Amino acid sequence: MRIGVVTFPGSLDDRDAARAVRLAGGEAVALWHGDADLKKVDAVILPGGFSYGDYLRCGAISRFAPVMSEVVAAANGGLPVLGICNGFQILCESHLLPGALTRNENLHFICRDQKLRIEDTNSSWTSSYTSGQEIIVPLKNGEGCFVADEKTLDQLVGEGRVIARYLDVNPNGSLRDIAGIRNSRGNVVGLMPHPEHAVEQLTGPTTDGLGFFTSILTSMVNS
Amino acid sequence: MSIDTVSQAEQTPDRSQPFAELGLKADEYERIREILERRPTSSELAMYSVMWSEHCSYKSSKVHLKQFGDKAPKTDKLLVGIGENAGVVDIGQGWAVTFKVESHNHPSYVEPYQGAATGIGGIVRDIIAMGARPLAIMDPLRFGPADAADTLRVLPGIVSGIGGYGNCLGLPNIGGEIIFDESYAGNPLVNALCIGAMRHNEIHLASAKGVGNLVVLYGARTGGDGIGGVSVLASETFDADSPAKRPSVQVGDPFMEKLLIEATLEVLHGGLVEGIQDLGGAGISCATSELASNGDGGMHVWLDRVLLRDATLTPEEILMSESQERMCAVVAPGNIDAFMKIIQKWDVEAVVIGEVTNSGRLTVDWHGERIVDVPPRTVAHEGPIYERPYARPDWQDALQADVPTPERLARPVNASQMRMTLLKMLASPNLASKSWVTDQFDRYVLGNTVLAQPEDAGMVRIDEESGLGVAISTDCNGRFTKLDPYTGTQLALAESYRNVCASGAEPLAVTNCLNFGSPEDPDVMWQFAEATRGLADGCLQLGIPVTGGNVSFYNQTGTTAILPTPVVGVLGVIQNVELRTPIAWKNDGELIFVLGDTRDEFAGSEWANHMHQHLGGLPPKVDLERERSLGEVLVTGSREGILSAAHDVSDGGIVQVIVEMALNSGIGAIITIPEGMDRFTFLFSESAGRAVVAVSPNEVQRFFALCAAKELPVTQIGIVDSTAGFASQTQVVKIADMFTLTFAELYEAHTKTLPALFA
Repeated sequence: MRIGVVTFPGSLDDRDAARAVRLAGGEAVALWHGDADLKKVDAVILPGGFSYGDYLRCGAISRFAPVMSEVVAAANGGLPVLGICNGFQILCESHLLPGALTRNENLHFICRDQKLRIEDTNSSWTSSYTSGQEIIVPLKNGEGCFVADEKTLDQLVGEGRVIARYLDVNPNGSLRDIAGIRNSRGNVVGLMPHPEHAVEQLTGPTTDGLGFFTSILTSMVNS
Repeated sequence: MSIDTVSQAEQTPDRSQPFAELGLKADEYERIREILERRPTSSELAMYSVMWSEHCSYKSSKVHLKQFGDKAPKTDKLLVGIGENAGVVDIGQGWAVTFKVESHNHPSYVEPYQGAATGIGGIVRDIIAMGARPLAIMDPLRFGPADAADTLRVLPGIVSGIGGYGNCLGLPNIGGEIIFDESYAGNPLVNALCIGAMRHNEIHLASAKGVGNLVVLYGARTGGDGIGGVSVLASETFDADSPAKRPSVQVGDPFMEKLLIEATLEVLHGGLVEGIQDLGGAGISCATSELASNGDGGMHVWLDRVLLRDATLTPEEILMSESQERMCAVVAPGNIDAFMKIIQKWDVEAVVIGEVTNSGRLTVDWHGERIVDVPPRTVAHEGPIYERPYARPDWQDALQADVPTPERLARPVNASQMRMTLLKMLASPNLASKSWVTDQFDRYVLGNTVLAQPEDAGMVRIDEESGLGVAISTDCNGRFTKLDPYTGTQLALAESYRNVCASGAEPLAVTNCLNFGSPEDPDVMWQFAEATRGLADGCLQLGIPVTGGNVSFYNQTGTTAILPTPVVGVLGVIQNVELRTPIAWKNDGELIFVLGDTRDEFAGSEWANHMHQHLGGLPPKVDLERERSLGEVLVTGSREGILSAAHDVSDGGIVQVIVEMALNSGIGAIITIPEGMDRFTFLFSESAGRAVVAVSPNEVQRFFALCAAKELPVTQIGIVDSTAGFASQTQVVKIADMFTLTFAELYEAHTKTLPALFA
């Protein structure tokens, strides 16, 4: 299983995402923002970071990268794509997912071990979890407040497309405690917290994040 | 506007020059004239003035810093010593580590956000200039009183600046210090530390060798920011309305720095670079003169080729600009195309600005006219050296005589007083949880952070296969240093050393950031002389060399200097990070011990400071041989799996340590007071050379044998016990028969202070 990890200028968690893929048993393939080439990967991860320095608006410049036109086309064709943090922002800017991520409610960057509840296990990236499972993974963002209009929020909730919610503490003011969402088809997932930082007991608070990466490997084997 | 050329300087020897406004003394100016055998051009004057500044030349500190080399312990671990951008230490398995701490105090006071941000930018470039990939950062910080109005101005800005820059750079922030004291009210300290790793064969040095090799400037464009004294020169030399006065604090762009890191590492690993230097203080002046001085001795620069943000900049300003995120590389002509291709791949701009020559001179042209022609060593390495007068301050005896005896400072005597003292201390700004600050920093990025705040030391994994890693801690109690700079500095070294050992790593090397008042004040200079002597002697005794450091003078408000603050950073190596020792104990039933001797030592303690606003007496006794034995027990105990947890005892004493270990583990404890020990002394004394450890009952025999082998005193002081608060269904810390505190009370006291002040 070949999972592509895109490096944009300013991507920071690309090495971590690649490590998580490896630990889950997959092969991580480095993809470059400037190459309109997905190297025949089976899925793509857009990692966290500050692509293009978050200039203009988080993810607003990256969506125009040559690799993104390929990602958008492939995602519309069913290719599994996971956007983590900045990757989630890029997915929203690319209109692969609805809504937007804005400045945290308290205006501070926040790094904490965050409790989440997995709400939906019908996506390519959450099938290893059980519905309602509570996990702890790091959260670290300055602009992680998920917003959308009421109609969109109702639709996301109604269609079961909220994949994870913040528990105990809503760290950034996200509407309806939304930590992650998916598209209707379930192949595209955006998540603000960082499962790739919770894949080893040594360096993470838990290994709860590994499920996102085993999910994709399992769902591809099954399909 | 006319350009002051070398030939003009020869023709107009008597033109008056604004050397004093640029910070040069009359005799220093005379020396420049002697070196050049003519008056300097305005560009040369600008170069000498910044390179001979205290910041760049170490002219007041050099005679004292020499001891770090003279008294260096014999070691085969040091691959690159003092004098390069950063020292390099061999950590085995073919890996080398480089680390350094630098001050950015004054810019951070003027403009907290950018000052702190660019402090990180600068230290990170020092690390990549050695060829290392940066692994982590840390910030030792000092502020005025937590509730002072100006602290409210500078602290949030500095914290945001560190986060804004460091988070965006993708480097985990793994520790540091936050200390409040009145003396820093008008002069906060913002020190920044970076650590990086490389393979042995990847070490690079700042030298321009190989005649005909090209000098490439790359990174951000050069702008008018960060020009200090040069605007003085410009307005004196030219018509007053030409260049506008620009902010002298630099503005950082972490995105450019991130690209610079990746591009630099790629050209270094491609073997495309002969020598490399970052641009920090004194900008192009510093980079070109240091590269030339370290190399074959000659360099020619076409200054008009430098890419500018502002086309109106004068050559003097371009030479002096401290615009951030720039690097200078020496590249062989045959490699230049490959070099440029990689730089461009990362969307970074680069231009060849010069070449290495064998002229023995650094020459600079501006549109065909020669504006600089100097021997580079006289700019970079042969600046003035001062033997500043120093003398033991006349107030030192009175300070040391004001001993905090029970008669002088009232001590809590009964259980309820001690309970209240503990809660007040836990909530004091210096001892309170710093998570409001550290939660604004990314500690996870890169996926190798094994320990971070509030652990004793930060620890990162370097080799994923073998588990090889390093730990680092920085420490300094400025109150101890004020009471006795020699002993106080050794206490800082001892604490840092102990913190690294407590994490399970073996100390290897030392860096420092020496923050002091004005070197022109003999009192301050005495503190500095004593501190450096103490550190050099201490490092010799502990067998770990100083690999580099930084001096920051003139930290004072009016004539009042800050507490002498020699921040000492110790680096240690751990063969397998899986074996690290955290501060949190693991299981019910583990036995709690204190290692070392507890004495009635309260001078300079947090108790005297917070409860009585008192500073006087002599600091705790320092015994480096004891520190070494303690360190060996902690490191061996970690390596052999004997210790479940370990925590250095320092500020706040044993009771602070117990509370932190309990809160971090989520399991309570019952503490007993050793027979014959004064209760207050046991709980709050800050005697050095101690650690609290937790040991599983199965390991106690091996643990005792280990302590006995090192002749280290060990005393059991309690047991980890989740049931101590059974009646209240909550975890508690029970202190002998005196009092019991619930976790709710402890959290309330420990975690609310900083958010209440700054959130």
